[in-house]
Amino acid sequence: MNAKTKFLLHLADNPLILGQRLGEWCGHGPVLEQDIALTNTALDLIGQARLLYQYIAGFEEINLNEDSLAMLRYEHEYYNLLLLEQPNKDFGHTITRQFFYDAFNLIQYEALSHHADETLKAIAIKSLKEIKYHYRYSSEWMIRLGDGTPESHAIMQQAVNTLWRYTGEMFQLTTYETELIQSGDGVDIAGMETPWRDKVNDIFSRAGLSIPSVEIMLTGGKEGRHTEHMGYILSELQYMQRTYPQMTW
Amino acid sequence: MAATAPSHIHIKRKQLASLLHEVSDPEIPVVSIVDLGMILHIRDEDDQWEIILTPTYSGCPAIDVIPFMVEARMKEAGINDVKISMDISPPWSTDWISDEGKAKLLSYGIAPPDGTSSLRGDDGKPKACPQCGSSHTELISRFSSTPCKAAYRCLDCLEPFEYFKCF
Repeated sequence: MNAKTKFLLHLADNPLILGQRLGEWCGHGPVLEQDIALTNTALDLIGQARLLYQYIAGFEEINLNEDSLAMLRYEHEYYNLLLLEQPNKDFGHTITRQFFYDAFNLIQYEALSHHADETLKAIAIKSLKEIKYHYRYSSEWMIRLGDGTPESHAIMQQAVNTLWRYTGEMFQLTTYETELIQSGDGVDIAGMETPWRDKVNDIFSRAGLSIPSVEIMLTGGKEGRHTEHMGYILSELQYMQRTYPQMTW
Repeated sequence: MAATAPSHIHIKRKQLASLLHEVSDPEIPVVSIVDLGMILHIRDEDDQWEIILTPTYSGCPAIDVIPFMVEARMKEAGINDVKISMDISPPWSTDWISDEGKAKLLSYGIAPPDGTSSLRGDDGKPKACPQCGSSHTELISRFSSTPCKAAYRCLDCLEPFEYFKCF
């Protein structure tokens, strides 16, 4: 598989897996409004993933349609960030995961919306409008809960401490990303760590949260090496297509 | 793009446009897909017309239903050779909702988007409560029954209502 296809799959798998995770909140949100907010965000994310899968499905080397790309690959063929497959746990944990990703995605999609590939550029411009909104939502909740009651603060700090070790992967170049940068079609994600940190520091200072000292960052998702959670996500995501192949609504 | 249909096509652009006005948004039936600004082009393609639609939000559940509804409306009117496609560029904006569409939203109880999203760069605020007209309102949630709306509450009449966000 060429570097560009791999990179696009990585971009598509991120919102698919996070969208699937957020969908698990459906009917279980802490209050009705937040249940709706999380599932609306899931819809946006799955819509963004779909635009990318539709594009990839048109490539000659890909022998799968958009549905098969989403539903019928094996675990090691998904290239999403480890962060996004982490369990929802509580609302604060879900919001923290969302905030880390939204802050990064805002910077990444800003860059992608100037990409030389016209289709990718159009998808990025469309998605960026939604990502901005997601960021506004998740950063507001970081502040509200981080700066809330002693209990909400403790839950948020615990979520930050648990999830921080998955944030380093966002800025680590894979071989396919390096190859694309060398050929002039890449995005310098390594250079996005500083602006991302600025956003995090800004929100954390208002939320009263602190960055934990974590020495080791966990990586591998972008190259198909996942945490134990991924298999469970896929077994639910793929259940219908595996049990009743080719089924449609 | 030709201003009128070539002679070999008996269907007029105007006829297509008026049929599109009759296709309601599946989730907010008071407005048509034309009111919402979801028609990017009506194009004269050699031997057939092409209608190019654009989705509001990329994950809007109506995304697959609307082309189907357009096709059904065309067939009902006896037009079978229209191609219907989707494009996401330029991205849809609430700036494209017509004044008529905004008035219909308001009468339906949904506060229309206030201001021009491209200029504001945020989702804006409802100008007034659609029930009592008070400008004294507060945000309940940034998301509501569909991705395009936020939930608000009127602080005077106390009615909750939906606001179509600037986007």
